[in-house]
Amino acid sequence: MALAMVNVTASVLDWVSSAFDAPTRAVVFGVPIDGHLVVEALLVVVILFQLTRKSYKPPKKPLTEKEIDELCDDWVPEPLTPQITEDMMYEPPTLESAAGPHAIVNGKEVVNFASANYLGLVGNEKITDSCVGALEKYGVGSCGPRGFYGTIDVHLDCEQKIAKFLGTPDSILYSYGISTIFSVIPAFCKKGDIIVADEGVHWAVQNGLYLSRSTVVYFKHNDMKSLENKLEEVTRRSKHPEKVRRYIVVEAIYQNSGQIAPLDEIVRLKEKYRFRIILDESHSFGVLGSSGRGLADHCGVPVEKIDIITAGMGNALATDGGFCTGSVRVVDHQRLSSSGYVFSASLPPYLASAAIAAVDYLEENPSVLSKLRTNIATFFYELSDVPGLVLASHILSPIVFLKLKKSTGTGKTDMDLLDSIAKQVLEEDSVLIATTKRSSLDKCKLPIGLRFFVSASHSESDLLKAAASLKRVAALVIS
Amino acid sequence: MVRLPYTTALTTLFSYGLLFVFGQLRDFFRKLLGWIRKPKDQLKGYAPICLGLEDFYVRRLYLRIQDCFGRPIASAPDSWFDVVERYSNDNNKTLQRSEKTSRCLNLGSYNYLGFAAADEYCTPRVIQSLKEYSASTCSTRVEGGTTKLHVELEELVARFVGKEAAILFGMGYVTNSALIPCLIGKGGLIISDSLNHNSIVNGARGSGATVRVFQHNTPSHLEEVLREQIAEGQPRTHRPWKKIIVIVEGIYSMEGELCKLPEIIAVCKKYKAYTYLDEAHSIGAVGKSGRGVCELLGVDPADVDIMMGTFTKSFGSCGGYIAASKEIIQYLKYSCPAHLYATSMSPPAVQQVISAIKVILGEDGSSRGAQKLARIRENSNFFRSELHKMGFEVLGDNDSPVMPIMLYNPAKIPAFSRECLRQNVAVVTVAFPATPLLLARARICISASHTREDLIKALEVISKVGDLIGVKYFPAEPPKHLNQGHNKLE
Repeated sequence: MALAMVNVTASVLDWVSSAFDAPTRAVVFGVPIDGHLVVEALLVVVILFQLTRKSYKPPKKPLTEKEIDELCDDWVPEPLTPQITEDMMYEPPTLESAAGPHAIVNGKEVVNFASANYLGLVGNEKITDSCVGALEKYGVGSCGPRGFYGTIDVHLDCEQKIAKFLGTPDSILYSYGISTIFSVIPAFCKKGDIIVADEGVHWAVQNGLYLSRSTVVYFKHNDMKSLENKLEEVTRRSKHPEKVRRYIVVEAIYQNSGQIAPLDEIVRLKEKYRFRIILDESHSFGVLGSSGRGLADHCGVPVEKIDIITAGMGNALATDGGFCTGSVRVVDHQRLSSSGYVFSASLPPYLASAAIAAVDYLEENPSVLSKLRTNIATFFYELSDVPGLVLASHILSPIVFLKLKKSTGTGKTDMDLLDSIAKQVLEEDSVLIATTKRSSLDKCKLPIGLRFFVSASHSESDLLKAAASLKRVAALVIS
Repeated sequence: MVRLPYTTALTTLFSYGLLFVFGQLRDFFRKLLGWIRKPKDQLKGYAPICLGLEDFYVRRLYLRIQDCFGRPIASAPDSWFDVVERYSNDNNKTLQRSEKTSRCLNLGSYNYLGFAAADEYCTPRVIQSLKEYSASTCSTRVEGGTTKLHVELEELVARFVGKEAAILFGMGYVTNSALIPCLIGKGGLIISDSLNHNSIVNGARGSGATVRVFQHNTPSHLEEVLREQIAEGQPRTHRPWKKIIVIVEGIYSMEGELCKLPEIIAVCKKYKAYTYLDEAHSIGAVGKSGRGVCELLGVDPADVDIMMGTFTKSFGSCGGYIAASKEIIQYLKYSCPAHLYATSMSPPAVQQVISAIKVILGEDGSSRGAQKLARIRENSNFFRSELHKMGFEVLGDNDSPVMPIMLYNPAKIPAFSRECLRQNVAVVTVAFPATPLLLARARICISASHTREDLIKALEVISKVGDLIGVKYFPAEPPKHLNQGHNKLE
């Protein structure tokens, strides 16, 4: 058997070599065809044949209808909301009167420190009269967005009044306080732009930053050194400075901590590194500065240096809505590309006329600002020695913020402790205060605490009563 | 559905092409002048707010017809109102207000039940609550901003809509954009109608979930998309979805169409997806007792998981609400940022809604509510059938108070708007980017406060203007009775 195999192999090899060495049988176009050329040509043909074959892949079978049906039957969704736990059943106190410095809760009169009514304009006669006039003339709602007959002459008057008061060329009104900032940021910042923001900004700013899809870099809360480092880093890494827009986003008075941003430092840094500033003045408009014009007035910075100022009017001006102001280019751009302005109904006209009346009042009575400052100073002094709590806000901020000296362990137990303090203070001493509540969507990591909104219409006895009550309850609860 | 004639499509494209070419030419000269005049020192080193083609549409197309949009008014947006006249000194780049006003018929405001102006039942109560609670609470709902009125309105809304509980927000836009992130996050799927409103799109984007779109008002395509997505799972990891929410609107404001709600609910139930119904335009305006599309189409409110609506359109106030089961509302009160951080709804606005709902339900002791509901239905159906007879292309279903009239060509938009205003009828025209590029339209909103004479005057004016600019794309057939007469003779 083996011999036969060897014989066959030898004869095949002989045949191949003879074919290779065969003499030239033909001459085609002047090229002699040797035997080996034929074999090489056959090899080339075989190679080409193999190359044109598709490589073997296991066949892809799409899912059959029956399989899809089975998958759909098997799939079980999560419930729409998680299980309701005990602490989710919180019911806020219900007011039965206006939210002035004294309010009625559950039939009892309480001293109200939970409304951001800084100038005491809630219940003011002149404002109520102008609102009544507007209600009788225009009804309640404006029934349309600004582009489609929702622009009423009071809106235009209000915009001009605010612009004149602040000293900027123009301003634009929004119909709700928090929608102002989260519509302004995506209108100016698009994908590829760079934003440097404070890590303590509140949820509406965070939402605006997320919706803008820009690159966001956070710096340490109110820390100018950290801001400078981040600006340096970002400018070094930036590739096309002429095409990329860059912004710094800060709040004048931070809701989450009561700190005030040092605007002169920020303007110096902005001019050095060529950034634009977006400043949210919700809690400082009508409060800071010798005439209530906000942080620019307070720090002595000319208002032209700040590119975009936004504010909600639900605080000092005791009305609702918001505005944004800046150069003509800035304001005109928002009229077509700011989603909260274009796609939403406009501010009810009576609230716009209340805003006009409030700004008028502030211009005519600047003494209310000094009263507010005295109240804040008194309160600050009184609260400097509360057992277990420490003051965390700036001395000029109308939001007086107290946080726990020592955390009890988890955020939840801290929250429970503060809630029990607030509840006891309300029930035993009739003082209404607020604890900071954080939504599950909020990314801010600053500590929670108790917030007091001091108003110019609080009397000294109110302040002393609240301070005494807090000290007593805190001593009982935090031990 | 829109039936776009072929020649109209060609002429519209040609018009836009011409506008684009002229715009580019002017931009070229603008760039030349920009080189010659050096930029001011202050702006050196800063990137401009809009680069290149980002605001091309605004500068070259929109500014030409700027006077058709944003017209200020000087009175309540009732059925007749005063439109302030504006003039321009620099070819429409900026507009100045003048002191003159002209009294026009209002076909543009969202005033479906006529609560826009001072009402005999509502306004005294609103003024009373203003004196009692003042214009604003200056506080959020969880801190010191909940008043008795808010609690009353939440119960009333839940009762009106037919769900267990409700929660209020101060603005309709914020209701959608702050709520959807609360309900669904990364790992979830949102399937929304292709023509949904910008607030829903913003909310969906802000939530971090995957978003898929199904063809407008087509339940069969929704079923296809659901099957495909459940079978495939999350993109790239193929893990099963955490939950699926389908978002639709009751009446689509640019089409005037009603949503095909029964079929969509059936599909969602079959595949265990949650439904979210945005009734901004339909609550109070359709349905026998004003309860919205659910009542009109015979759908049980318990089948829809979350019902959202706004108070701006039918109730003449401002704000929005969500109505759902007690657990969902309790969870939202705990975690929704718009409830925790935003100023609570202004008390006079709350009182306006309470009074308006009482009028609609007949609880104020009169039958004005029922009259208003009957009148808006009659008015809408009458107007729509008359427009059809005249040969206009009108979109939308019967019973819907929103009627878009197709214009298509970009030049017809300002022509229609300005001609109608000259004859004291105020209409709203909508173009890109609120609608697709080729499908510009004029949108009419009928109100219960329009009388028959108002509607007849409006029809006359629209017919005249329509003839003038040539928008009667589907003229009626010539009358047949002449031919019949001939046959009879023979």
